[in-house]
Amino acid sequence: MTAIDVPLTTRPDGMDSYPGTQPRMGFFTDTSVCIGCKACEVACKEWNHVPEDGLVLTGMSYDNTAGLSADTWRHVAFIEQRTAAPDDGAPGGGLRWLMSSDVCKHCTHAACLDVCPTGALMRTEFGTVVVQSDICNGCGYCIPACPYGVIDQRKEDGRAWKCTLCYDRLGAGMEPACAKACPTESIQFGPLDELRERAQARVSELHAAGEDSARLYGNDPADGVGGDGAFFLLLDEPEVYGLPPDPVVTTRDLPSMWRHAGAAAVTLAAAAAASFAVEALAGRLGGGGRR
Amino acid sequence: MSEVTRQGPRGKKPGRDAGGPATAADGDGTRRWRRGRKAERPVVPEAEFTSYYGKPILNAPTWEARDIAGYFFLGGLAGGSSLLAAGADLTGRPALSRVAKAGAAAAGALSVAALVHDLGRPARFVNMMRVFKVTSPMSVGSWLLGGYLPAAGVAAATALTGRLPRIGSVATAGAALLGPAVAAYTAVLIGDTAVPAWHDGYGELPFVFTGSAAMAAGGLGLLAAPAEESGPARNLALLGQVLEMVAFERMTRRIGLVAEPYRAGRGGRYIRAGQALAAFGATGAALSGVPAIPLGRSRRVLAAVSGAALIGASAATRWGVFHAGLASARDPKYTVVPQRKRLAERAAATARPAPGPERPAAGPGEATARSG
Ligand code: SF4
Repeated sequence: MTAIDVPLTTRPDGMDSYPGTQPRMGFFTDTSVCIGCKACEVACKEWNHVPEDGLVLTGMSYDNTAGLSADTWRHVAFIEQRTAAPDDGAPGGGLRWLMSSDVCKHCTHAACLDVCPTGALMRTEFGTVVVQSDICNGCGYCIPACPYGVIDQRKEDGRAWKCTLCYDRLGAGMEPACAKACPTESIQFGPLDELRERAQARVSELHAAGEDSARLYGNDPADGVGGDGAFFLLLDEPEVYGLPPDPVVTTRDLPSMWRHAGAAAVTLAAAAAASFAVEALAGRLGGGGRR
Repeated sequence: MSEVTRQGPRGKKPGRDAGGPATAADGDGTRRWRRGRKAERPVVPEAEFTSYYGKPILNAPTWEARDIAGYFFLGGLAGGSSLLAAGADLTGRPALSRVAKAGAAAAGALSVAALVHDLGRPARFVNMMRVFKVTSPMSVGSWLLGGYLPAAGVAAATALTGRLPRIGSVATAGAALLGPAVAAYTAVLIGDTAVPAWHDGYGELPFVFTGSAAMAAGGLGLLAAPAEESGPARNLALLGQVLEMVAFERMTRRIGLVAEPYRAGRGGRYIRAGQALAAFGATGAALSGVPAIPLGRSRRVLAAVSGAALIGASAATRWGVFHAGLASARDPKYTVVPQRKRLAERAAATARPAPGPERPAAGPGEATARSG
């Protein structure tokens, strides 16, 4: 058994691998049972000593957290939707309330980790992605690299911060604080392959119960980031929850990018050579050759 | 789309910590949210999409324009100048060589200063040298600069003092070898991000950047080198101007919707200013190089003014690309609409039956992030 259940040969570098026998751990967030209590947000802040992230009333339903950032590692989204009127002509539609606790996806192919120039971002033995804050020099490259808008810079501190999947608790054999605090088991923690099976079963259960809008997000190892270590069961399109519909780790285009840059560099050198050659030619034609 | 760019000063999510603009953010969110809901009125029919209260999906870069756009510009100026310096040495143009070497060393040093200044923890700059990662263009760039800067510095020092000419020519050759890479790699640096306007343009951005570098280096030669030696600088600037213009045109044409931030808002204003400066500078540079035109003493003045305009044009391009990237990250439209389109295309392309209701639009995972 490997820690990372993806064919590492697909990577140009193998840099996001971690050898060992520890199974890859992750989150399955089943939003169909989230009640929006924000216990996860609070537990995360308390356990990880995450500073205050702004006291603002956003007017976005019950969401005054707004999104993931350096100081928000769990974010509960609230979406109010009007549902269609019943088919049988009975009066009115209803209001549907979607709630979902978002978190770092701990991508199989993590762009933040790929682009980190100091090696501060690393893959742990649990297959999670963690910033080593004693190494991070605050270059900020991971921030625009993340296709999910998760990691961010803590301004007063200068460094990049995000969910660690409670690396310290995992090391002590405990589950992450958010999962521990979740009263409805909307946040489930465990070995990723087990979670994936559980999630499939849950989706089938919901479909059988007539909830056709249930779908998994981030569970597919063939997606643009090689699958998420933290994946979700959603009841609407991902972008409704502020999630990208088809995220991609841009590093996979890097070989092509380097090729283009190489061609551009050669073009520049050729342009410089031509600039001198033209002068020499003109000089010779004009009769008064240089040197 | 401009309403979504009402952000905190460092690109934080709207209404988060800006201490005050909460109401502005509220207005934004609600407006965008309503618009985004498919069932309701499609106010902007050409790009219908759903979002979470109009919030950006990506976290925009926290980089400062002055530092990072400045770094791109100075890196280009340095890289291009090192080529000019080597050519000047080979063809016996000592004054041009001195100008180019001094320019390369100064721009290179300044660019690194800007880079360090932008770090959240400048004192930890050396951590850049902790590892070498091919997957991180910033790591590759740090090592590249680690080789380039000493070479450019030694080349300049020997040229200005006239000492150690042999070591000087080795350094000049080294700087000329690494210079084009220094000018080009910054395009990969921003291309390898999730920022739509940068990543989608990765095919042409390196050519925009090296063209811009040639324009700046040539401009410096025109500005500071004596007329009898500045011919190659003029040629380089003109070639660079054409390269930048053509590559930029191709890029914005190819990337479609995501090119909008290159035309609108702050990014668009910088781009247009750059194009105007480039057109003026190139015209002036070309005229100043035609002996048949009786310009007299003003020939030198025209060359210098044109050179300065071309340097300014190069800087404006970098600032424009930088701000266009920020704008594209801050509007969920540029993330959601192209990804939706991609999913739809993939779904249409796969003839196989739908894999199941939980992934209605899924397809093979190996789709490329760009079409061209
Ligand atoms: S979601 Fe973003 S921050 Fe988390 S591992 Fe993936 S790329 Fe890194």
